[in-house]
Amino acid sequence: MSDWSKAVSAFKSAGEGAPTMTGNLGLQLEEPLIFEQGEDGRCGVDLPPVPKVESKLGGLARKGRIGLPGLSEPQVVRHYTRLSQKNYAIDAGLYPLGSCTMKHNPRLNEKMARLPGFSDVHPLQPVSTVQGALELIDTLAHWLKTLTGMPAVAMSPAAGAHGELCGMMAIRAAIEAKGERRTRVLVPESAHGTNPATAAACGYIVDPIPANARGRVDIEAFKAKLGDDVAAVMITNPNTCGLFESEIIEIAELIHSVGGYFYCDGANFNAIVGRVRPGDLGVDAMHINLHKTFSTPHGGGGPGAGPVVLSEALAKFVPMPYVVQEAGSYKLVEHEGEGGQNFGRLKAFQGQMGMFVRALTYMMSHGADGLRQVASDAVLNANYILARLKDEMSPAFDGPCMHEALFDDTFLKGTGVTTLDFAKAMIDEGYHPMTMYFPLVVHGALLIEPTETESKDAIDQFIAVLGGLAQRAKQGDQADWFRAAPRYTPRRRLDETSAARKPILRWMPETESKEAAD
Amino acid sequence: MRYLPLTESDRRAMLAAIGVPSVDSLFRDVPESAWLKKPVEGLPDHMGELAVDRALTAMAAKSVTAGSAPFFIGGGAYKHHVPASVDHLIQRGEFMTSYTPYQPEVTQGTLQYLFEFQTQVALITGMDVANASMYDGSTAVAEAVVMANRVTRREKAVVSGGLHPMYREVIDTHARFLGFEVVAGRIDPTSAEDLIDRIDDKTSCVVVQNPDFFGNLRDFTKLAEACQARGALLIVAVTEIVSLGAVKSPGEMGADIVVAEGQSIGNALNFGGPYVGLFATRDKYVRQMPGRLAGQTVDADGRRGWVLTLSTREQHIRREKATSNICTNSGLCALAFTIHMSLLGEDGFTRLAALNHAAAASLAGKLAGVKGVEVLTGSFFNEFTVRLSKPAAEVVEALAEKNILAGIPVSRLIPGRDDLANLLVIAATEVNTEADMDALAKGLTEVLS
Amino acid sequence: MTRKYTEDHEWLEIAGDIATVGITDYAQQQLGDVVFVELPSIGKKVTKGGDAAVVESVKAASEVYSPATGEVVEVNSDLEAAPNTVNDDPHGKGWFFKMKLSNSGELDSLMDEAGYKAFVEGLA
Repeated sequence: MSDWSKAVSAFKSAGEGAPTMTGNLGLQLEEPLIFEQGEDGRCGVDLPPVPKVESKLGGLARKGRIGLPGLSEPQVVRHYTRLSQKNYAIDAGLYPLGSCTMKHNPRLNEKMARLPGFSDVHPLQPVSTVQGALELIDTLAHWLKTLTGMPAVAMSPAAGAHGELCGMMAIRAAIEAKGERRTRVLVPESAHGTNPATAAACGYIVDPIPANARGRVDIEAFKAKLGDDVAAVMITNPNTCGLFESEIIEIAELIHSVGGYFYCDGANFNAIVGRVRPGDLGVDAMHINLHKTFSTPHGGGGPGAGPVVLSEALAKFVPMPYVVQEAGSYKLVEHEGEGGQNFGRLKAFQGQMGMFVRALTYMMSHGADGLRQVASDAVLNANYILARLKDEMSPAFDGPCMHEALFDDTFLKGTGVTTLDFAKAMIDEGYHPMTMYFPLVVHGALLIEPTETESKDAIDQFIAVLGGLAQRAKQGDQADWFRAAPRYTPRRRLDETSAARKPILRWMPETESKEAAD
Repeated sequence: MRYLPLTESDRRAMLAAIGVPSVDSLFRDVPESAWLKKPVEGLPDHMGELAVDRALTAMAAKSVTAGSAPFFIGGGAYKHHVPASVDHLIQRGEFMTSYTPYQPEVTQGTLQYLFEFQTQVALITGMDVANASMYDGSTAVAEAVVMANRVTRREKAVVSGGLHPMYREVIDTHARFLGFEVVAGRIDPTSAEDLIDRIDDKTSCVVVQNPDFFGNLRDFTKLAEACQARGALLIVAVTEIVSLGAVKSPGEMGADIVVAEGQSIGNALNFGGPYVGLFATRDKYVRQMPGRLAGQTVDADGRRGWVLTLSTREQHIRREKATSNICTNSGLCALAFTIHMSLLGEDGFTRLAALNHAAAASLAGKLAGVKGVEVLTGSFFNEFTVRLSKPAAEVVEALAEKNILAGIPVSRLIPGRDDLANLLVIAATEVNTEADMDALAKGLTEVLS
Repeated sequence: MTRKYTEDHEWLEIAGDIATVGITDYAQQQLGDVVFVELPSIGKKVTKGGDAAVVESVKAASEVYSPATGEVVEVNSDLEAAPNTVNDDPHGKGWFFKMKLSNSGELDSLMDEAGYKAFVEGLA
């Protein structure tokens, strides 16, 4: 009798002892790499024959194969569909990643971004042929300036961290234009890692400011660090603990009093949009993550967009290019005449146009009234979670919070269960974990951001699951159960140590990888 | 409001559970002087789908689209045909509405395609290893220079005059703020500069582009040897990634870092972004490389899987000592690249490149016969430079009036140089028909006569 | 031979004017599985308290500070291929580098084994 199971192409990944021949578990399908499926002579596109012309490659024609696999369209569609099914997504469930703002991504945004008048336009077309595209950028700029109460905006930064770089470069350019030299940038310890990395990338020394017991900037420590060598303070507000920096106006006045600038990390603008204008707080520069506050998709890690609003003091240092309106038509300023003070160029072309269209679509859909409601509901949802779980879990600070609820791991003390284990157990219950171990100023942090696009029912369910898991942890003797989670995912916990010790960062043909191993 | 699920009664119940009378009291940490009592002034109220769709469709209609005219503009962004399945797949919510794969158990899909992307990029550039993407080609080249400074512990970059002028400006901007030196090569449409003479013992890297901004193809093997002899790194930028289906790879020439704009594969023109930066290097430099990396490992049951790895290079761990401040990359654009490249495969990618080259060669032949046009570029891929008998900016405007999008006047990117004023950079791809090319030749004949 | 310890959890073993430097067992436990070690170049001049090497786990990167002033004369390049040695044998085969001391007077301020043990207990 033939052993049919041997004819099943068992994936190496299925492993011994798998309950099925294929390693598949019903709808949970194993999928090899695209490189393991290719066949010569197969192609997923039909291209016409190449006309005979004399080569102009000047003897530089590629010789030999590249090594790309050949697949037909149905194979490619199936492969990437199967890969997609191994992902958690907002479309599928609540995604409470604090500081990441995983809110619903409206599909109208996608449709608008694909209008040919925005998507099928080249950045170097004659300006007379791109008036609609420039109008879109100018309109979005108007919304951003109005919502933040700031006079200028630099549109080209490609993401939040790139926006930070833009803002800090503008600050340094302004300082240099005054003939000053300043070397230090003050950054709270609770800051997102991009803040110190940006200050360093801008040539500054990073000087950390501690947090006080209320999770805010320790203003006395801040005062002690002020001096005429301080270029700027970088403060996230609402901060990474999900709290509003209540002394923000005083902080702004203090930094201005020593001739420094106030860089505000606008990552959490979604908590205050329509209710507070950063311009009223004394901010000099603030980036806005369009993929957070204005719901352009996160896309598994980008693309983002990070326009930076600038105060009057910094406006003239805005990088190239920018859009101006003159005599009823839009112009693109790509070079400045003599005496110009722009600090340079951050990126080729005009910015993340596709993201601009999505963000403007979102803004127009909500309007001024809806955006105010966005902030209100986001803050309400987070406080509701904080209030309902304050006894079962351990809030890091007293409320109210802004758009995210921060817990520490006190409630897990003595249980043998860590924040990581707790988060992994949530996965088996069908939730993406919250942000863990960030901000660093809180021990075993669990940072929960529900966003405004969750219904009360969904939040109640989520609260019940967290409460249930916390109870289970506290029963005692549950550490092994938690440590074994997740059990029902396409993969269980992955060995990150060997991944980092012996990095395998690309697929290799079998023979070559064997040779490399020998 | 269609995107907000809470009802008024939900809100009341939730406020009661929190124990506060109103949402305003949740904002009590905000200094009262900064409170807005009502919606921001000067902006409209919310709109339904239909109204937003109408308004934006009307705005979009005010531009001339690349697909509606004979189109020959390149210069770092190219019009190619993208198969319909690419856009369908990247819009699957599981890809589009997922975050950076920090929780590998529930993001194996993203991690596996990033691993496939890294492999494809390494293969086509001829390098050992590639990262999971950068913002775009221009920012990738600046990051490459900063990385070379770090690897060599030197602070002087020699930058070819053939590098895309905007890319050079991005490097210059980083140089100003990080305090490293840039030695600028000679800007010359035939790329006759000799960079070997410019390398000394303080040089961290030499940055070249292939094909260069004017379209010239060059073999940098000797330059790579010269770099190696002086302890400098060779950085090769590629703004038209399709070229690597036809042209000897930078890896074969001996490049240490290859950066590229990947827009041509899978991504629309999008008026300049979002695009996808490619970044590849040699194994020995991997820990100095910026950006995210997906790596292979096994799970608790011994099954193959993927994780983000070597994260200690990155800002969220290394803070001010990180290799770069980059956080977000171009995930979904990288996915579009990977899917399109998978559809093409070996045969499709090389044939697509051959079609592009044939289109440009054929167009150059046609234009060489037009009075007032001189083709300057001897060897090229799908883009070349011509000298016109009139200033190129005027000619391009006149052709736009005739609904022909002709190319890039060099003066738009490098203003103030009389010797460059009449130069036009022209690209042709597989989307250009014989009729498009004849229209350009005829249009030029008319405008130049 | 004498062993001395720093508050940053480095140890050094002194033999004449040469000292061998590593990180303590406590430090490796705090870091978890070490995945990478970046060693100084031979000939590098290091100062007391200044950056000398980097040790990385999956989720953390830490500077290894030089416990004394001097010049690096030898590095443990075995760690590049086997960083786990730092976990397995931190006080022996897991050493990082050897340095030629230029100011032996500085060593007096460092802790001895008993002093370090008390210091670590105080951290718990």
